[in-house]
Amino acid sequence: MADATLAAPTRAAAVPRGARPKRALSGRNIMIYGTLFVFSVYYLLPLWVMVMTSLKGMPEIRMGNIFAPPVEITFEPWVKAWAEACTGLNCDGLSRGFWNSVQILIPSVILSIVVASVNGYALTFWKFKGSDVFFTILIFGAFIPYQVMLYPIVILLREMGIYGTLWGLVLVHTIFGMPILTLLFRNYFSTIPEELFKAARVDGAGFWAIYAKILMPMSLPIFVVAIILQVTGIWNDFLFGVVYTKPDLYPMTVQLNNIVNSVQGVKEYNVNMAATLLTGLVPLVIYFISGKLFVRGIAAGAVKG
Amino acid sequence: MKNLKLVTALAASVALPSAGFATELEVTHWWTSGGEAAAVAELAKAFDAGGDKWVDGAIAGGGSTARPIMISRITGGDPMGATQFNHGQQALELVEAGLMLDLTDVAEAEGWKEKVFPPSLLEACTVDGRIYCAPVNIHSPEWLWLSNKAYADAGIPVPTNWNEFVASAPQLEAAGKIPLALGNQAWQSNLAFGAITVAVAGLDIWKQVNVEKNMDVAAGPEMAAVFAAVGDARKLAAKSTVQDWNQATNLVLTGEAGGQIMGDWAQGEFQVAGKVAGTDYTCLPGLGLNAYLSTGCDAFYFPKNDDPEIEAAQKRLAALLVSPEVQVAFNLKKGSLPIRGDVDLAAANDCMKKGLEVLAGGNLLPTGDMTWSPDVVKQNEDLMVEFFKSDMAPEAAHAQWVENLKSGL
Amino acid sequence: MAEAQRTTRMWRNLNAKIAAIPMVLTTLVVFVGGTAWTVLYSFTDSKLLPRERWVGFDQYERLWSNSRWLTSIENLMIYGVLSLIFTIVIGFVLAVAMDQKIRFEDTFRTIMLYPFALSFIVTGLVWQWILNPEFGIQSIVRGLGWESFTFNPLDNPDLVLYGLLIAGLWQGTGFVMCLMLAGLRGIDEDIWKAARVDGIPTWKTYVLIILPMMRPVFITTLVLVAAGIIKLYDLVVAQTSGGPGTASQVPAMYVYDYMFQAQNLGQGFAASTMMLLSVLIVLIPWAYLEFGGRKHG
Repeated sequence: MADATLAAPTRAAAVPRGARPKRALSGRNIMIYGTLFVFSVYYLLPLWVMVMTSLKGMPEIRMGNIFAPPVEITFEPWVKAWAEACTGLNCDGLSRGFWNSVQILIPSVILSIVVASVNGYALTFWKFKGSDVFFTILIFGAFIPYQVMLYPIVILLREMGIYGTLWGLVLVHTIFGMPILTLLFRNYFSTIPEELFKAARVDGAGFWAIYAKILMPMSLPIFVVAIILQVTGIWNDFLFGVVYTKPDLYPMTVQLNNIVNSVQGVKEYNVNMAATLLTGLVPLVIYFISGKLFVRGIAAGAVKG
Repeated sequence: MKNLKLVTALAASVALPSAGFATELEVTHWWTSGGEAAAVAELAKAFDAGGDKWVDGAIAGGGSTARPIMISRITGGDPMGATQFNHGQQALELVEAGLMLDLTDVAEAEGWKEKVFPPSLLEACTVDGRIYCAPVNIHSPEWLWLSNKAYADAGIPVPTNWNEFVASAPQLEAAGKIPLALGNQAWQSNLAFGAITVAVAGLDIWKQVNVEKNMDVAAGPEMAAVFAAVGDARKLAAKSTVQDWNQATNLVLTGEAGGQIMGDWAQGEFQVAGKVAGTDYTCLPGLGLNAYLSTGCDAFYFPKNDDPEIEAAQKRLAALLVSPEVQVAFNLKKGSLPIRGDVDLAAANDCMKKGLEVLAGGNLLPTGDMTWSPDVVKQNEDLMVEFFKSDMAPEAAHAQWVENLKSGL
Repeated sequence: MAEAQRTTRMWRNLNAKIAAIPMVLTTLVVFVGGTAWTVLYSFTDSKLLPRERWVGFDQYERLWSNSRWLTSIENLMIYGVLSLIFTIVIGFVLAVAMDQKIRFEDTFRTIMLYPFALSFIVTGLVWQWILNPEFGIQSIVRGLGWESFTFNPLDNPDLVLYGLLIAGLWQGTGFVMCLMLAGLRGIDEDIWKAARVDGIPTWKTYVLIILPMMRPVFITTLVLVAAGIIKLYDLVVAQTSGGPGTASQVPAMYVYDYMFQAQNLGQGFAASTMMLLSVLIVLIPWAYLEFGGRKHG
């Protein structure tokens, strides 16, 4: 920790290293690009299969090769997945869960990040007796399988009187997002020179003032990482969404599960794949547009152990 | 959590009851396959016609996915209006904990005691003399579904019982068919085991083991013969790789597989696919050997609620579920048997009529769900799925099975 | 005097203490409280609802004589070790390759990272399909003329863990690559210059100098990956449902099934207590290294 921490966060994280390539077709280059290419095929294969399958009709799927592009492109499965697929009596597809997911996502992401960043801040600059113990327990919390906590949390929410409400779910996401996010924020903040913090204190700035005026503006990269992680995690959550809310509030993943699992005879793979892609769209778009920021943020935060 | 007050205040505003003319009742269940969903639609239609509103809370993935959610909701103090359970021991503790609505007055007003047939269905709803659930349909697992097409392709007659089915398997295999379709999920292996037990060992043995819980009989030679028969079934199902029960049914439906051991709910899938009993497919209750059916039951329970309007709606729904019209409409769609003997099922098809005959003859058993705790059932499911997908010796499985039963004594 | 000092210390940094309340409450009430509650009730015969009927170690005896539980533990160990090794090796190799001033770095990175945006449920479903013998890789290769080609890991009890591994690595290695890449870029350029001046070959520099310097990255990676492995559940449910038979069962599934399906909370709690215990065994040395050994900051 200590040794790597010396590297200031201002280092140009996005600058690659290594000898500058001299010839395009050296053995070294072939090896590097070869490796990257082979792995790219591995990573892309499922996406390719999903997209291709979602554009085919069922007869074509049954006959053929899942890797082949569709002979006849159809958007029927997408329409069906979005607006027509049935869960029990409700035949309005994923659309019914989309806004619920958004409604759950926004407060959950905001609250969990605010809480975790304040935790990280307190753990770095305002250590109190036993703060390391709490941090260790928090990390322990990252390893607890959610299923184990299902029951205690039911009781907790019941006693607080917020079981089945949106705020109950937001609270659950905040609790379970806390371990990893606190780790990230703590690691990031510990790279910020303490002199800066001390100078601010001498100027009379208090706890919240330092957090809001000095740390937040400096910590954009790690906030980006946290937002990406939380958006992905909360958007993809099924278990909490279905156990701690009720049907009016069920997130999109519940409809996805219902579409994928309510088999009507033959599995409609094309609809399943379209539904899968539609459900994954929000986190996917976020990754595609902010991948670079993500790496930069991680470079600045996560790796300082 | 310092903004706890704010949170609770907001929660309260969210939880305000929506004022409306009709009483909305949220109903959770795991009926999502084609035939099942069509049947639920009948229930909803009837309920809505009475001026109330059925809010559908279907959760796909079977009872094992849905039940934890339902139980969490009930114990979490935010219960739904009504919820499906397989009745018997699944909801027993919730009833004992006082979380379920007492339906005795509805049952008396509607004369359930006289109408519900077989009476064991109502007995399973009864705890300390009070009635806590409304049975909606009988489901009996002991059916063998055969594909007439598969046998025509292989050029042999459709078997009339389990023994013939086993004997015909080599010819089916030669014709490129899977003799026995079986989904990979654990409960399906256990269901097949149960059906083979009734068929091979017969009623007496079954009762001694599962009702009287005689462990000497359970460890005895008759059950050893059952395990040998299940070993045969394992070989026949070796090539079946699907997961869900209705995917396995689909193999039978399309003639890729010879047969499937599955409950009467498989009927609904044939019906949705427009297949005709007798010409496209054949059904053998009790696997054609012992025409006995165990009468498991789907039932609705009504979690206790503070709101008297909801309670009134719950009772309206309970009465409705057992009423003759709803029984007919629902069970015709689902392909299952009604819970009362006094309804006219002229529209029933071949297979349902076979089931009705068995029912009228009184050849009935309680199901394992009713006599054993979910814990024992789960252990047996684990055992059977392992047995079906490994080369475990029948003797070893038998010994373990007896151990599992003993844990529930 | 001492009294006054203590009060000032109490009131000093009041805001910081208020700010720490959510964390303190979460750790104490949820993580410690929830865990203690679970451990306590693992000594009861609770069925559907928790109840205080004490049965000593009965649940544990049954647990450790249950073949499904033993299979689950064995599977988790095999999967865990393989997954850790492959994740870290692949992540590191890809990160080194990415760090060679290559073209299209952004594209490659996006390709590697996007699976991380998809849930395990989706991952499991897609790979279940690609590995499906009727549609997937097996049928394609056979279609090309190699009739006897067999690649059906999900239906073979001996290979099913590798089928899960292929899917698990697909989802997670891109993220680890990013961690490693970030670590590589955090290393001072001067170290490279010095190594080059000394004439140390590149590969040797990586192994002998860079790897030890990246220890913090490896620790972060280890925590993240190990936490994921212990919690392994969704992927298995979606891809294999623990089958064929019980060949791909994992502990988290046992816990869930016995708590809710079998309505035997006591048994489920006993199993989860064992899982938590194993986490502690891993974490205590880590916590000691992190906080006990030396100061950091």
